[in-house]
Amino acid sequence: MSAVQALLQPPFRRRWLRRVLTEAGTIMLGGILAIWSLIPIYNMLLIALDPEEGEIEFAGNIWPPEPSLEGFRTAVMQQTRYLWDFWHQFGNSLYIAVATMLLTLLTGSLASFAVGRMRLSKGAFLTNAALLTYSIPASFLVVPLYRVMHGYGLLDSLWAVIATQVAFATPFAVLILQQYARLIPLELDDAARLDGASAVQVYLHIYLPLMTPALAVVAFYAMLLAWNDYVYQFVLLAPRNMTASVMQAHLFTDADAAWNAMMAAAIVYALPPAALFFALRRHMTTGLTIWGAAG
Amino acid sequence: MSSTQQVPSVGPSVSVKNPLRPVGQRHLHDSDVTWTIAFLIPYAAVFLAFVVNPAGYALWMASNPSLYTQLAEDPRYLRTVVNTLLFVGLSVNVKMFLALLLSGFFMLRRWWIKPLLTIFLLPWLVAAVQVFISFHWMLIGEQGLINRILSVVFGIDGPMWFNHRWLALGSDIVAYIWKWLPFWTVIFLAGRMAIPRDVYDAAAIDGATGARRFVHVVWPLLANLYLVCTLLATLWTFGDFVTVYFVSGGAPVWSTEVLATLGFQYAFDAGEPALGMAAMLSALPVLVPIAIAMIRWLQTSDLQL
Repeated sequence: MSAVQALLQPPFRRRWLRRVLTEAGTIMLGGILAIWSLIPIYNMLLIALDPEEGEIEFAGNIWPPEPSLEGFRTAVMQQTRYLWDFWHQFGNSLYIAVATMLLTLLTGSLASFAVGRMRLSKGAFLTNAALLTYSIPASFLVVPLYRVMHGYGLLDSLWAVIATQVAFATPFAVLILQQYARLIPLELDDAARLDGASAVQVYLHIYLPLMTPALAVVAFYAMLLAWNDYVYQFVLLAPRNMTASVMQAHLFTDADAAWNAMMAAAIVYALPPAALFFALRRHMTTGLTIWGAAG
Repeated sequence: MSSTQQVPSVGPSVSVKNPLRPVGQRHLHDSDVTWTIAFLIPYAAVFLAFVVNPAGYALWMASNPSLYTQLAEDPRYLRTVVNTLLFVGLSVNVKMFLALLLSGFFMLRRWWIKPLLTIFLLPWLVAAVQVFISFHWMLIGEQGLINRILSVVFGIDGPMWFNHRWLALGSDIVAYIWKWLPFWTVIFLAGRMAIPRDVYDAAAIDGATGARRFVHVVWPLLANLYLVCTLLATLWTFGDFVTVYFVSGGAPVWSTEVLATLGFQYAFDAGEPALGMAAMLSALPVLVPIAIAMIRWLQTSDLQL
């Protein structure tokens, strides 16, 4: 019996057929996922690549008929209405995002160290109380925050947005850090303390280095929270402190705007999170693998 | 059957609470107490100044009972409540369920899984406002990309997505799922990776593969994580503003507003901040029990996040 004939025998054939079908299904699902993920982004690119001549963007093309980088050039050189101050607004967004990220890392890691590593009785209670923050969603507090910020003298300042973002990012950050910190034995802290290390030294030299993967996840989360924000940046900031998100929303309501430049600006705006993701990816995957190994 | 149910106890036990923590509390030294308080001060200050204070102010603003009779008399408000429940209920549950299944898909060993995961994460990386504007343009009119693809590839005339309440709300829901599916898939992927290989191997020896492995091995180990994440996602979705604001914009004629966008309109467009606050805070009877349930669940169960 040749190998082919053996394969065509019923039990083999059934198994072989099943494997082929499974494989085909897997590949098909992968293809669907790729299309699903890419379509809205492709639409952005489609509009951004149009030359700015009339209403070409909405002429119902599936492919850009004459792709042009004109939109990108206009956006980057700030040569159209709304985009005069693009880089300044982009800088404001970046300032808010980076400050939110760093402060969330600081408050989150300090709080989770105090609760989890200092053997605080009722420590878990404190972390959970922080999670009560989410019982009133962030966007519901924008009106009272406007008045509260006025009282603090922070209104119109980038720090008003940063403070609220940190307040809403930290509870989730502490949750993530607490879960991850369980993988680090407390005996390590004890040994260091016996050798005379202070609480601050344990935090700096044991806790922070060992928590790097979880901190990477938190950094990415906090940065994206600030980067995705619109409501707070819209309500709490003066026009001179406008951010890129708010500017894009303004542009959106104008029927006569340069859509291609606007979508080009939107694509430029997507680059910092992507850069941060690829910078932190190694640490975040390390985090995942360690989770896997430690179970 | 019975053998597969015992599988989790074959591998190293995964759900022992704090396996590495010594039993019993030790007393803090005086200097440690000082440090603990010092470490907690930054977050406590932020929490009091930017959460407790505005939340108290919000409750005070919305405390006048006449605001709620005013709301009840506004047909827009009632429609908005229905929209909010549909938006939150559908988008959270569909999203979490898909994320759970897809996290299994991304555990497969294929050479193309890693690049595909990177593509799949793109929605999470693209900023919300910009991509929801893109969604709006993709769906608007006959010239939008979706209707063009429908007519060129399938020969169907696509509907006017924003001229019909349920289609418009459905577009919002799909856009929201698109944006946040990757985030939760990654969380569940981490949860699945935390299950030791031995557990899978032992299950395979006992004949649990595919769907049976999922039901008897994976699901019992992920159920806690799934529940807590669903509750958290529910809270977050209630507060979502940008999806509806940019994708459907409430069209047609304010019929797809959710509480976040309606409250915003009352407060800023109609100049009635107290009414806006009341509209938003009318969700508290739902939100507070969900938050408390989530916190209690976290306290009593061990979570592999």
